[in-house]
Amino acid sequence: MTSAAFIVLLAATLTGYWLNRRAAREIRARGERLHSLTTYHGLFAALSVLVPVLVVILAWLLLQGPVIDRIVLSGLPDEAIANLDVNERSLILSEIKSIASGRVFGTPEEWKLAAADRLNDLRNLSGWLMVAVSALLSAVILFVTRRRVSAGFRARDAVERIVSGLMIFCSLVAIFTTIGIVLALVFETSKFLSMVPLTEFLFGLNWEPQIPIREGQIAAEGAFGWVPVLVGTLVITVVALTFAVPVGLFTAIYLNEFASPRLRAVAKPVLEILAGVPTVVYGFFAILVVAPAIRSFGASLGIPVSPNTALAAGGVMGVMLIPFISSFADDALSAVPRALRDGALALGATRAETMLNVLFPAAIPGIVGGVLLAVSRAIGETMIVVMAAGLIAKLTINPLDSVTTITVQIVTLLIGDTSFDNPKTLAAFALGMMLFIVTLLINVLALRIVRKYREIYD
Amino acid sequence: MTDLSAPSPNAPRRERGTAEIVAASLPRRRRKQRLLQAAGIAAIGTAFLVLFILIASLVSTGWQAFRQTHVTLQVYVDPAEIRAERLPRGGFDDVLTAALAELLPGVDLKDRKTRKKVEGILSNGAQFTLRDMVVADPGLIGQTVSLTVPVSDPYDQLAKGLIDRQTPEINRRLKDDEIAMFDQLVAAGVVSRPFNWGLFTNADSRFPELAGLKGALMGSFWALLTCFVIAFPLGIGAAIYLEEFAPRNRFSDFIEVNINNLAAVPSVVFGLLALAVFIGWFGLPRSAPFVGGMTLALMTMPTIIIATRAALKAVPPSIREAALGIGASRQQVVFHHVLPLAMPGILTGTIIGLAQALGETAPLLLIGMNAFITSAPASPFDSATALPTQIFIWADSPERGFVSRTSAAILVLLGFLVVMNAIAIYLRQRFERKW
Repeated sequence: MTSAAFIVLLAATLTGYWLNRRAAREIRARGERLHSLTTYHGLFAALSVLVPVLVVILAWLLLQGPVIDRIVLSGLPDEAIANLDVNERSLILSEIKSIASGRVFGTPEEWKLAAADRLNDLRNLSGWLMVAVSALLSAVILFVTRRRVSAGFRARDAVERIVSGLMIFCSLVAIFTTIGIVLALVFETSKFLSMVPLTEFLFGLNWEPQIPIREGQIAAEGAFGWVPVLVGTLVITVVALTFAVPVGLFTAIYLNEFASPRLRAVAKPVLEILAGVPTVVYGFFAILVVAPAIRSFGASLGIPVSPNTALAAGGVMGVMLIPFISSFADDALSAVPRALRDGALALGATRAETMLNVLFPAAIPGIVGGVLLAVSRAIGETMIVVMAAGLIAKLTINPLDSVTTITVQIVTLLIGDTSFDNPKTLAAFALGMMLFIVTLLINVLALRIVRKYREIYD
Repeated sequence: MTDLSAPSPNAPRRERGTAEIVAASLPRRRRKQRLLQAAGIAAIGTAFLVLFILIASLVSTGWQAFRQTHVTLQVYVDPAEIRAERLPRGGFDDVLTAALAELLPGVDLKDRKTRKKVEGILSNGAQFTLRDMVVADPGLIGQTVSLTVPVSDPYDQLAKGLIDRQTPEINRRLKDDEIAMFDQLVAAGVVSRPFNWGLFTNADSRFPELAGLKGALMGSFWALLTCFVIAFPLGIGAAIYLEEFAPRNRFSDFIEVNINNLAAVPSVVFGLLALAVFIGWFGLPRSAPFVGGMTLALMTMPTIIIATRAALKAVPPSIREAALGIGASRQQVVFHHVLPLAMPGILTGTIIGLAQALGETAPLLLIGMNAFITSAPASPFDSATALPTQIFIWADSPERGFVSRTSAAILVLLGFLVVMNAIAIYLRQRFERKW
């Protein structure tokens, strides 16, 4: 039915274009002077049909599922669902749905079969209604637009207004996305905070997001203090940056000041490749090569190293950040005005002195901005740590130990079966909220530093 | 340095003094410069080295997975085991075991332990290959067919030299008698190692020798298609509005700040958005490439917008002025003249954005695209995995055989990324105009 609706939409759009353009041509053939080209008359009809009918179809597809579910549920016999909570109801609903799609296990009750039939009927009805409504709407719009064709009709202005509106809608999608992120996080986090007090979440020193399997189980309360998770994130971030910042900065300095064009021509693509490698690949690299290497190295020195050491995850994350930092630093160094460089060289400074005493200090704000963006990347990076870091939150700053991060916890809490009403799932959204806030603050700060610094030299 | 620039009252004597001071300090200063250069070379060398180790470790573990050990058997489709009226049921595994035993003189199938070991040589999928053949052509019953099927994972590893025969038997996955049986097969000349087409034509499986990437490739294809269909028009529309039409006011600034921030939001947060909104509120199906594609579209859109704006900016104002001068409306200027000229740059940016989306994993994990699914999706609404999530699943699997499969899958993914980026570079160099 969905494809039928889209075929109706396509047909109506093309018919509208063809009808109105032909009408406009006839007027022109009579010798009258049109305000707009005939194509615009056609486009006006096409867009007038396309936009509203497409909106109707999409809204219908989006809303029909929940509405049909509700009708089916309310049609169930009272004694069957009277004293069931939300979870059990959704379970029954999914059973009815699987019966409706022909996957019957065992012998379900009579009323479930009836409900499945009802579901199928409603779906059919909804599909037909959708096609009928879109066809009717298209016909009405076609009729109205066809009547508007006349020599004086400003079809081009109308088309440009519609196109303008569409473009504004496109740019609003970015705002909708941000609003969607904020709403989703705030909504789920507030549900989480109604189960776990805010002070415990922010200041608690234990993170053990297990939920009791049966009522009244002792020692399985679950603890939701995010401090150890945050500390773990910071440990890995620090490890990553202690590796990436020096390597990235020296790379940028060398490429900017000393490298021959040939080396630059090789080094730049290599850095771009490092930047383009998906993080899941880095994660596999960490568990395949880096973690065993660090472990056997530690063993040869007699130091116990955890298999999920923060050093492996952090080090590989550092590799990921090298191109990021070096390209930011390179841009910042290149943005320093030539006059400063020439002045220092003219005074007899060596190139190293020019770099270290003149260019580098002048570029520091840009470099700091870049490093801050790298910090926010490291905090938000997911796959490397999911694969290479630990799962258990330990309050430690020893990089040889196994630590967990915010993103690891989000992914492990949400992988598998998720229902939106236990603190375990909702805790992931609370962590996501903190992650969003922290990275947003760092990003805003970094962008502000970079922009302010740019203005000085522009 | 300050010495040089300081004004000197008694010129002749001081000048010599300065020159001497400078000369004396030169070796130290030059040493410092060499040190800085050495540090720079070391840093670049580190980056090169890491990339080399990365590629080398992936290739060295992954290349083996592109070939698969097979045995060719002459199978007598025994009517006592397989009867036409009972199809598709039948003792296909027994028939195969009997065919295998003929190549292994001295093996007694009556002994249950030995029988189990002989059965273990062939992949679990072998009987289904035979079943499908017989079901398609029941006339084969009672005849002898030549069948090439994969061996199970341990024997595949043995054939590729990944199981060391020198290891003490107790630590080895294959015991001495099992290795002896396989050596007999090799001596009989029935073992071959052709290119592993199954890697691309099979969907996922619990058994490494049967696991392939078809489901993941199709899943990624549907997700990227959805992503492109949504992000490309929306991104271009937004970019044109912001670059060409938007008035300079607070509202436009707010949109711009929003887009820049979205580009820096961690990908896992987009996953949370998709899970809560698309799946939780709108009730879209879990694990569907369509939902994955929508999520990726939201993430790719900022990239496309930024690239499109740069491409529009690069079109010289003279084009716009000329078009305006002969009476085009502002939209006609943009859609008839500026946009076509900016298209190569826009396409380049879009392809690079799609390449990023292809490698994106975390948001797809959160919407359930890491499920174990043994068939390729037929539409964007079927459950599926994607290439990066398949890598994640295989990297998590304990079987040894999945290590090289994972590396091979990564090589396939990197291959796609290289091709996409090469297309982008080609487009840029072929069509981009310098004004």
